[in-house]
Amino acid sequence: MNKILLIIKREYLSRVKKKSFILMTIIGPVLMVGIMIVPIWLSMQKTEKQKVEVVDESFLFTGLIPEKESVHFDYPPITLDQARKGFFDTDYNAILWIPKNVLNGGQKGIKLLYKKQLSNTAQQHIQYSISKMLYEVMLAENHVNIDFIKDAKDKSEFSMLTMQVDEEGNDKKTNTGLYMGIGLVAAIMIYFFIFMYGVQVMRGVMEEKTSRIVEVILSSVKPFQLMMGKIIGVALVGLTQFLLWVILSTTLYSFASATILRSIDIKQNVAKEEVIKIGENLDQTKMGKNEDPNEMTQLWNDFKSVDMVSITLCFLFYFLAGYLMYSALFAAIGAAVDSEADTNQFMLPITVPLIFSFGIAQTVMQDPEGSLAFWFSMIPLTSPVVMMVRLPFGVPAWEIIVSMSLLVLGFLFTTWLAARIYRTGILMYGKKVTWKELGKWLFYKG
Amino acid sequence: MSNILSAKNIVKKYAAHTALDDVSLDIPEQSVFGLLGPNGAGKTSLIRIINQITGPDSGEIFFENEKLSPKHVEQIGYLPEERGLYKKMEVGEQALYLAQLKGMKKAEAKKKLKYWFEKFEIEAWWNKKVEELSKGMQQKVQFIVTVMHEPKLLILDEPFSGFDPINANLIKNEILNLKKQGSTILFSTHNMGSVEELCDNIALINRSKKILDGTVKDIRKENRSNLIEIEFSGNMMGFTNSLWTYGKLGENWSEGENCRAQIELTPGSTSNQLLSSVLSAVEIHSFKEIIPSMNDIFIKKVGEGNSIGTQSNFTE
Repeated sequence: MNKILLIIKREYLSRVKKKSFILMTIIGPVLMVGIMIVPIWLSMQKTEKQKVEVVDESFLFTGLIPEKESVHFDYPPITLDQARKGFFDTDYNAILWIPKNVLNGGQKGIKLLYKKQLSNTAQQHIQYSISKMLYEVMLAENHVNIDFIKDAKDKSEFSMLTMQVDEEGNDKKTNTGLYMGIGLVAAIMIYFFIFMYGVQVMRGVMEEKTSRIVEVILSSVKPFQLMMGKIIGVALVGLTQFLLWVILSTTLYSFASATILRSIDIKQNVAKEEVIKIGENLDQTKMGKNEDPNEMTQLWNDFKSVDMVSITLCFLFYFLAGYLMYSALFAAIGAAVDSEADTNQFMLPITVPLIFSFGIAQTVMQDPEGSLAFWFSMIPLTSPVVMMVRLPFGVPAWEIIVSMSLLVLGFLFTTWLAARIYRTGILMYGKKVTWKELGKWLFYKG
Repeated sequence: MSNILSAKNIVKKYAAHTALDDVSLDIPEQSVFGLLGPNGAGKTSLIRIINQITGPDSGEIFFENEKLSPKHVEQIGYLPEERGLYKKMEVGEQALYLAQLKGMKKAEAKKKLKYWFEKFEIEAWWNKKVEELSKGMQQKVQFIVTVMHEPKLLILDEPFSGFDPINANLIKNEILNLKKQGSTILFSTHNMGSVEELCDNIALINRSKKILDGTVKDIRKENRSNLIEIEFSGNMMGFTNSLWTYGKLGENWSEGENCRAQIELTPGSTSNQLLSSVLSAVEIHSFKEIIPSMNDIFIKKVGEGNSIGTQSNFTE
C-alpha cells in the first residue's frame, strides 16, 4: 500500500511540475474569462461617434432619426451626387440615402455608403429605426391606430412557462434552454477530461515500456500497483487542474467584473436613462434584447432553482468513474504496443463509444426521457456523457443509482481486463500485437 | 554452506510454449552463480520468477529457506537485460524513488546514494535529467540503483551487454567486491570468459531444461577430453613410435626440430605412463593436459541437446 502511494506521488508530481501543466492551468481560466468578458467589454467600449450624412429625398425622416451615443445624424439639404462628390472632404463616416418612393416599395433602395464600415450596433440602429418609423407612418396614413396595434402585440406575445409536476403536486418551473446548456457543458467537460487524461495514462505506460524502466520497477512492485498508481496519480492531476481552473476562473472573473464591468455598468445606467428619455415617443427599450435586465435576472433565478449541488456531485462521480473506466483501457493499450503508431488499431474501439455518446447528446437533449436517452445513460461506456446531459432535466433517483452502479461494475470489469493485458504486454517487446494475441493474454496465469 | 535461494521443480508455460520445464537450482550463499544458456532457453523467465514479476505454473522457490514472498523483494537487487530509466526525471530524484520502492527510508537512501555517487565520481549528475547523460553514464546510474539497498541476492541479467569495456570492468570489480562483503550474485550471460573469471557455480539451461550444473572447477574436470599437448624437439617419427598403446597421435605441427603434438590418451592409460614412454625418445619442452574452456563445454552441451531435440522431434 505504501508503495502504491509512492507511485501515485511520483506520477502526480512529475506531471504537475511540467511546464505544459502550469501553462494549461493559467491559459484555461484566462481563455474562459476572456470569452465571457471580452465581448461585453468590447461592446461597452466607448466607440468613436460615427457621423452620418442623411440624404432624405422623401423628407419623411429629416431630423427624426433618433440619435444614439455612437451615431450622430446630420441632414444637409444636398443631393446624393453632391454628397458623394464631397464625401472625402467632409468628416462624415457614411452617407445614408433614402429614395423618394420609400413608402411605395422603395424601401429596398435605402443605401448606406461608407468610407469605413460602421459598427454593427450603429448599422442595426439605423435599420431598426427607419423600419419602425416607416411602419408607423404607413399605419398612420391608413388611419390605423398605432396604440391599438401595440396593445394587441403586447397582449399576444408571450414565452411559454414550462412546469414540472411531481407526485406531491408541487410545480417546478423549468427552463429547457438552461438545462440544455448545463448538461452540454458538463458533458463536454467529461468528454474532454476522459480523452485528455486517458491518453496521458496511455503515454505514461508507453514511456515506461519504451524506456525499459518497467522491469526495474516491477522487481519492486506488482504490475497492478504500478498501473493503478499511474491511473490514480493522473486522476489527481486532472482534479487539481479542474479545481485550479474553477478557483482561478472565479477569482479572475470577479476581479475582472469588479474593475472592468463596474465602469461599464455606470455607463450602461447612464445610457439607459438617456434611452428612456428618448424612448418616450419611440419605444426603444426593446432594442438590446439580451441586455434586458428582467430576462437576465429571470435566467439567474432559473439557474438558482436548478439543484446545482446534486448535479455537481453527480458530475464529479461520472467524471471520476468514467475516467477510471476508460483510463484502465488506455493503460492496457499503452502496455500492449511498442510505439505510438501502433496504438491506432486499439484506440478505435475505445474512442467510438465516447464519440458516439457525444454524438447522440443532441437527440438526448430533445427527448431526455426517451428510450434512447434511457438506455445509453445506463450502458457504462456511454453513461458518463449521456447521463450528464439528462441530469439537469431531472432524472428519477433509481435510474441514477442503477446507472452509477453499472458504471462502477464497468470500471471494475475494465480494470480487471486491463490488468491482465497490462501485466503481460508491459514485458513484451518487439512483437506486433494482434487482437487474438490480446485475447490469449487474458488467460495467462500470473 | 547454506543456500540463499533454492528453486524446486519450476514449470512455466505460455500458451503453446513451455519456457521452463521442471528446473531446480541451488544457489549457495556468498557465491557468484552463472546462469547460462542460449537465447530463448528460459533464463529470463526463471529470473522473472525469482523476482516475483511473474509466477511459476508449478514448483516453489525458497529464499533463505523461507518460501519466496513479496517481503523478499527488498533483499533482491535486479538489473534486467531490458533496462532503462525515466528519461525526463532527474538522476537523484529517480534513484531516491527507486530506493524507496525497494523499501528504503528516504534519509537512509540519500546517505547510501551519496556514497555510491562519490565512489563512481558522478556527484555532479544528481540534478541532471537522465536524458542529458551519455549511455555509459546511464549505465553507472543503473548499476547503482540495483545495488544501493544492499541486497543479499543480486540478479544481473546480461550485465555486460551494452556496457563499454571500461564500465564492464568496473562492474566486474564491483561484483567481486560485493561478493566479498557477503552478497550472492546470480548472473546470466553469454560471455563465457567472464564466467570462468567470476563464477563459482553455474547452471546451464537449454530448451527450457537444466542440462548441467555444479562448480566451474568440477564441470571442467568432468568434461576433460583426455587430450595432452606435448612440445618437444626431436624426430616426429621417433616420437610417434614411442607412444606405444598409451595414446594416439592427433593434430601435430613441426618446424624442423621443433614439434608440437596433441595426444589422445587411450582409456586406462595415465598421463604419467605416456610421459615416461616418450621421455626417452625426444626432448620434452612442455607437457600439459588440455582442459576445455567453458565456451567449449557450452557449445558441446547445447549442441548435444539440440541434436537430441531435433531427433525426437523428427521421430514424433
